[in-house]
Amino acid sequence: MIKSELAKTIYKSETDWGQVQKQITLSWADAARISYRNVIMRLGRALITGAGIVLGIAFLVSVWTAKVAQEGIQAYEAQSATAVTGEAAELAPGAEEAELERRAQEARQTWLVVMSLLVSAVGITNSMLMSVTERFREIGTMKCLGALDNFIVKMFLIESAVLGMLGSLIGALLGHGVMLLVFVVKNSSVVALMDWGQMLSYIGFALIIGTVLSLMAAIPPAMRAARMPPAAALATEV
Amino acid sequence: MAKIRCPECGHVEETTGLLTVCPNCKADLRGVMEELGHRRERLREVARDDSVTTHEFIVRTKDLHKVYQMGEVEVPALKGVDLNIRRGEYLSIMGPSGSGKSTLFNMVGGLDKPTKGTCFIEEVDMAQLDAFELAWLRCRKIGYIFQTFNLIPVMTAIENVTLPMIFAGMSSDEMMERGAMLLDLVGLGDRLHHKPYELSGGQQQRVAVARSLANNPAIILADEPTGNLDLQTGKEIIDLLKELNEESGVTIISATHDLKMIDVSDRVVHIRDGQVERIENRADLDLEVGSMGAE
Repeated sequence: MIKSELAKTIYKSETDWGQVQKQITLSWADAARISYRNVIMRLGRALITGAGIVLGIAFLVSVWTAKVAQEGIQAYEAQSATAVTGEAAELAPGAEEAELERRAQEARQTWLVVMSLLVSAVGITNSMLMSVTERFREIGTMKCLGALDNFIVKMFLIESAVLGMLGSLIGALLGHGVMLLVFVVKNSSVVALMDWGQMLSYIGFALIIGTVLSLMAAIPPAMRAARMPPAAALATEV
Repeated sequence: MAKIRCPECGHVEETTGLLTVCPNCKADLRGVMEELGHRRERLREVARDDSVTTHEFIVRTKDLHKVYQMGEVEVPALKGVDLNIRRGEYLSIMGPSGSGKSTLFNMVGGLDKPTKGTCFIEEVDMAQLDAFELAWLRCRKIGYIFQTFNLIPVMTAIENVTLPMIFAGMSSDEMMERGAMLLDLVGLGDRLHHKPYELSGGQQQRVAVARSLANNPAIILADEPTGNLDLQTGKEIIDLLKELNEESGVTIISATHDLKMIDVSDRVVHIRDGQVERIENRADLDLEVGSMGAE
């Protein structure tokens, strides 16, 4: 009952709490406008944060591109070997050795993918985390002006999602493009030999990873700042 | 009491009544007077206290304690503060740094929770409020002014002023109109679209004053509003706050150690070591100054 009590006590025009409820709002459109503002105005900062994402995802996608390209080439070579000898590749002399070599290469690939995932995770988390913590004061100020916790989360959600998606997209194109170029220089028919369905799904996967990682890095600290008493958030020195 | 500056000869006259001609050069002052009347009207409008209740005390604290946990050590910042603040009062909280005045300011503004004791606004216990109600109180009932201005650096002056109006759900047109009016009122009518870093300290604090008025607050809380300003700009901010207090009846509570504040305060609360040391009334102060002058 406190709610209606408070409303009645404090404002004569707002005796109906339902009406009061509507009076602290931040629409998604307004939140998006403020976030957009933030990115544009702090373009330098956003670019550094974005660069962390771009580089991480570019590394990941380049490794995947190399994997798909190599697999395409190997499959083609195996096929032509079968065609030439007229029998199964496994039965050809030295097949055992080739199989061992292939397995070692696979292990190397996996290792590279895991490494690049780690690198992108650390890079993205680090840059997102920094860009939130340096704005604790601003978060405190907004709360003084009447922002609810979820307004803060909303703004950072939009900002980090957009940064994450854009950064991952640029990173994926960059990583893919550079690695593909390297392979094309070595073997010009690689484009025809690659499994493009798989390549696309890898790129899609990388976009999801980039976006989710930047969200995961931005939202928890933003929530922590939003839940702090404003006095504490305002007193934070970065 | 208002200061009137003659546009012809620059003569400044303090007057309470109507002044139609400049006593110095006999120039026509009706235009100036009209403008002044206009300004007063707008000032009266911006911080209308539209509470239903008319409790004598707009803010009341009872046995307020705050203990900060600094690692292993407990540091008491407030040790039982009882304070009653009247509606429409200009109150200064004075004390050396570390005396607990900023802590008290944070408690009264609902920016931090007391360890023990209660703080009432309009006789509503703030500890009873949930997050939404607190946000609502901060948004519509209280205006904050800080020593470090705390403007949002990426937003222009008018965007800073209209931000609390966005939270209050005001329509865009209404918002821009009111924002421009408030900035004009604090003397920044020509700086609407400047970013904080393009403004001087005094101008930034004016934007902060305009922002504190965004949603017709009943209370303006100012934490060392002149702390980062030079003497002259500090004086201008104090005058602006006093003008607001006189015209609109908004309650002003200001933590400060700026002695210029004493001149305009109705009451001065001296805080020392987390406790109220003494409270001075304006009337007594006047008396003291008067008797000193007579000697």
